[in-house]
Amino acid sequence: MSDQTIRLWDIFIDSFLPLLKAGVLYTIPLSLISFVLGCIVALLTALARLSENKILSSVARFYVWLIRGTPLLVQLYIIFYGLPRVGLIIDPFPAAIIGFTLNVGAYNSEIVRAAILSISKGQWEAGFSLGMTKLQTLRRIVLPQATRVAVPPLSNSFISLVKDTSLAFAITVTEMFQKANQLTAYYYEPLLLYSEAALIYLIFSTVLSQLQAKLERRFDRFTAR
Amino acid sequence: MLQMTKLKKSFGNNEVLKGVNLKIEAGSVLVIIGPSGSGKTTLLRCMNLLEQPTEGTLQLLHYTLDFTGNKKPDKQTVLDIRKNTGMVFQSYNLFPHRTVLENIMEGPVIVQKKRVAEAKARAQQLLAKVGLADKADAYPHQLSGGQQQRVGIARAVAMEPKLLLFDEPTSALDPELVGEVLKVMRELASEGMTMAVVTHEMKFAYEVADKVIFMDNGVVVEEGTPQQVLQNPTNERTKAFLSRIEEQ
Repeated sequence: MSDQTIRLWDIFIDSFLPLLKAGVLYTIPLSLISFVLGCIVALLTALARLSENKILSSVARFYVWLIRGTPLLVQLYIIFYGLPRVGLIIDPFPAAIIGFTLNVGAYNSEIVRAAILSISKGQWEAGFSLGMTKLQTLRRIVLPQATRVAVPPLSNSFISLVKDTSLAFAITVTEMFQKANQLTAYYYEPLLLYSEAALIYLIFSTVLSQLQAKLERRFDRFTAR
Repeated sequence: MLQMTKLKKSFGNNEVLKGVNLKIEAGSVLVIIGPSGSGKTTLLRCMNLLEQPTEGTLQLLHYTLDFTGNKKPDKQTVLDIRKNTGMVFQSYNLFPHRTVLENIMEGPVIVQKKRVAEAKARAQQLLAKVGLADKADAYPHQLSGGQQQRVGIARAVAMEPKLLLFDEPTSALDPELVGEVLKVMRELASEGMTMAVVTHEMKFAYEVADKVIFMDNGVVVEEGTPQQVLQNPTNERTKAFLSRIEEQ
C-alpha cells in the first residue's frame, strides 16, 4: 500500500467516530424530535383542514401553503437570523427543531389528510351507528386504519428529514455535515470526508427502511392480500 | 316505536324523500321495497339520523324530533338515538383492523362502557348464536361475505337496540350465502326484535314482514300486509315493479 493510501485510510478511521458522534448527538435527535413533533402538528393540521369549521381549515391551508412554497433553508434563516430582530433569540438547536418541525408538519399533514380520506365513509358510519362520537370513531376506527396507509409515505418523509437536517449546519448546529466541513478544513480531503459522511447517512437511512418494513409487516395481519 | 310524519330529505336541490308518513310498531318487522333510487335507503338512514331529514317530524323512543325548516337535533339526542338503534350495512363495514370478537365488543365497551369481561362473554354468546363461535379470533378479511354479514348483525345486536335497521343486507352476497344471513334475521324477528329491512328478497318479505311498504320516487306508494302489497297490489307502479322482480 502506498503512503497516500495509508494516510487516507488513517484519516477515514480517525474521522469516523467524530462523524458518527455528530450523527448520534445531533442528526438523530434533530430528526427524531422534529419528526414526532411534526407528526403531531400534521395530525392537528390535517384535522383542521378536514373540519367543517371554515376558519380552522383556512388557517391550516394557509400554513401548508406558506411552508411548502418556501425553501427550508430560508425558513431556518428566518427563525435563527431573522427573529432576533424582533427580540426573539433562539439557540441553534431549538431553532433547528422549530424549523424542521414546522416544515415536516406541513408536508406530513397532506399525507395524514390523504390517509384519513382513504378510509371509506362506511367505516365512519359503522362507528356512528353504534353511537360513537366523531372523536371516538376517529380514534378507534379511522386513525388505526389510516396509520397503515400512511406508514410508507411517512417513512419517506422521515428519511428525507434525516438528510435535510444537514441544512442545520447553516444555523451553526454541529450536526454530521457540519462536522464533515470542519474535518475537511483540517485534513483537506473533501472527497474522502464528504463521502464518509454520505456513507453514514446511508447507514441511517437503511436502518430506517428496515424499520419501515418491520412496521408494515406488523400491520399486515389485518390486511387482505 | 317509530313514527314519521311528512318527512322530507333533500340533497341540495334533489329531493329524495317527498313527505313520508310511516309507523313501526314495537316488535314488528317492516320491509321496504322499491326500485333503486326510490329513496328507500335514505328513508332507513333517516331512522338513525345518518341522514338528517330536512322537513317533517320523527318520533323515536321517547324523542320527538321536529325538522321543520331544516332544524337540527342536538348532538346528545343524535347519539342517544344511535345507541338505541342498530344498523346492518350492505357492504358489512366491519372494522378490518379488529378481530371478529373485538368488532362485536367495540360498541358495548366504548359506547356503553361495559366491562371488557362482560362484553366479551356476551360477544361470544352472540357469535355462537349466528353460528360463528369458532371465528372469534379471525379478522374480517378471513371470512366469507355471509360470515361477515352475520358478524355485522351480531355487532349491531350487541348494543341491545330497540330498533334494528337492515340496508340491503344480502345484496352484496353470492346467492348461496344469502340463506345463512336471512336465517339469522328470521330468528331475530321471531324473538320479537323490531326491525326495518330494505331488501329485494321477496320471499323473506312475504314470510317475515308484518308490514310491507313500496316506495317509488321518494314517496310511499303502497303499504299493507305482505299479502296485500306483494300478492294483490292495487297501484300500477307496484305491479310493474313486482313483475320485473319476478322475471329475474
